[in-house]
Amino acid sequence: MMNLTLKIWRQKNASDKGKMVDYPLSGISPDMSFLEMLDVLNQELIGKGEEPVAFDHDCREGICGTCSLYINGRAHGPATKITACQLHMRSFKDGDTIYIEPWRAEAFPVVKDLIVDRSSFDRIQQAGGFISVNTSGNTQDANAIPIEKENADKAFDAATCIGCGACVASCKNSSAMLFVSAKVSQFALLPQGQVEATDRVLNMVKQMDEEGFGNCTNTGACEVECPKGISLENIARMNREYLSASLKG
Amino acid sequence: MSGILNSSIGRKFAMALSALFLMVFLLQHFSINILSVFSPDTFNEVSHFMGTFWVVQYLLQPVLIFGVVFHFVMGFVLEYQNNKARKVGYAKTSRAANSTWMSRNMLLTGLVVLAFLALHMYDFWVHEMQVKYIQGDMSGLINPDNAESGFRYYEELREKFVDPIRVGFYAVSFVLLALHLLHGFNSAFQSVGANNKYVKGLKGFSKVYAIGIPVGFIFIALFHHFTH
Repeated sequence: MMNLTLKIWRQKNASDKGKMVDYPLSGISPDMSFLEMLDVLNQELIGKGEEPVAFDHDCREGICGTCSLYINGRAHGPATKITACQLHMRSFKDGDTIYIEPWRAEAFPVVKDLIVDRSSFDRIQQAGGFISVNTSGNTQDANAIPIEKENADKAFDAATCIGCGACVASCKNSSAMLFVSAKVSQFALLPQGQVEATDRVLNMVKQMDEEGFGNCTNTGACEVECPKGISLENIARMNREYLSASLKG
Repeated sequence: MSGILNSSIGRKFAMALSALFLMVFLLQHFSINILSVFSPDTFNEVSHFMGTFWVVQYLLQPVLIFGVVFHFVMGFVLEYQNNKARKVGYAKTSRAANSTWMSRNMLLTGLVVLAFLALHMYDFWVHEMQVKYIQGDMSGLINPDNAESGFRYYEELREKFVDPIRVGFYAVSFVLLALHLLHGFNSAFQSVGANNKYVKGLKGFSKVYAIGIPVGFIFIALFHHFTH
């Protein structure tokens, strides 16, 4: 069993200033998931009549992209290519002090404690992250269109982005380029995405800039911390798509 | 096309183009300077040509000055915007776990290079402008009244590297330039959308360039300092 000191960001609401608060926690099993450890803490807090720590979670199996914890200075914690919900306490040692903070970016305002508002990602997606398909009953089978294997694989890899926002949280500039580039690439690599390709990249980048994300300076932190291993190649592809679309438009 | 510089990608693209242009200039500058080590006469001839040929003086020089100023101004603009994108920082960060020191400190290394450029311009460019365009001496000679006196460029270059403090500052600045280029070279290709197997093959070359050119400049400064 492990004894830990947790330093957790507590903030009552969006307008509260917030601060880091220390919580000693004992009797933690190395086999617990990180979120289960927080569940244990919250049970203790509730037992003492204190406000539990608010944090986002849903599927708890690395698919939904809901959990968003900045743990000991890294998005989703010390392990690579997993989300916070897939992190286990065996990644820590008895006696450790663990910092737990929300994603930090002006485009991701804190709602409460460790929960941030990531609707800016939704608005970027709505600006062009889709294809228009006739769903009147005569929809063509997607598999009827031959697609080069290499492009199909790259499109699939891009589509594995779960939109968790770790790229923004990790980037020293709070840039959302990896997320947006994954959504642009996913369609840019497929024939179904070509019809709206020009408008898509222009509109999504415009929305990204309007949301107040920073500029990418190619540090590569986003790629390292992305739980789905989205490649920087997607950013280069989006840059090409954007420049080409700008020349056309 | 309109308003492309108002977009984050457009600004990245412009930053990368100015960087690539400056890297070509740096290579050209080094190629001329290294002549001073091997052949003072050739160095003098080339320096006089570069200092008097109208294409270089009136076309390329203004483009270069614009490129330098643009690169620095855009660097500050991007830094300002990036700082605005995260007003509340983290209590704890482990940035070394996911990115290189060079990539995170381009502003710092760039500022040192900017300080170096100010000294470098004062040392050479301001002097050249004064002699050529204020005094009106386009001869390039040590004694403009005596054609036998020879060109002044090599002697002026060696004179500048007598002071050990100046040589030390030059050396430190070029170390910082090397760190700047170690990230900037590949970053420029990524920004213009080039990230394929061919560009990845350039990574080795980019390291040779980023380290080799600054070390070469340091060698030139030390050579003239110790052989004066």
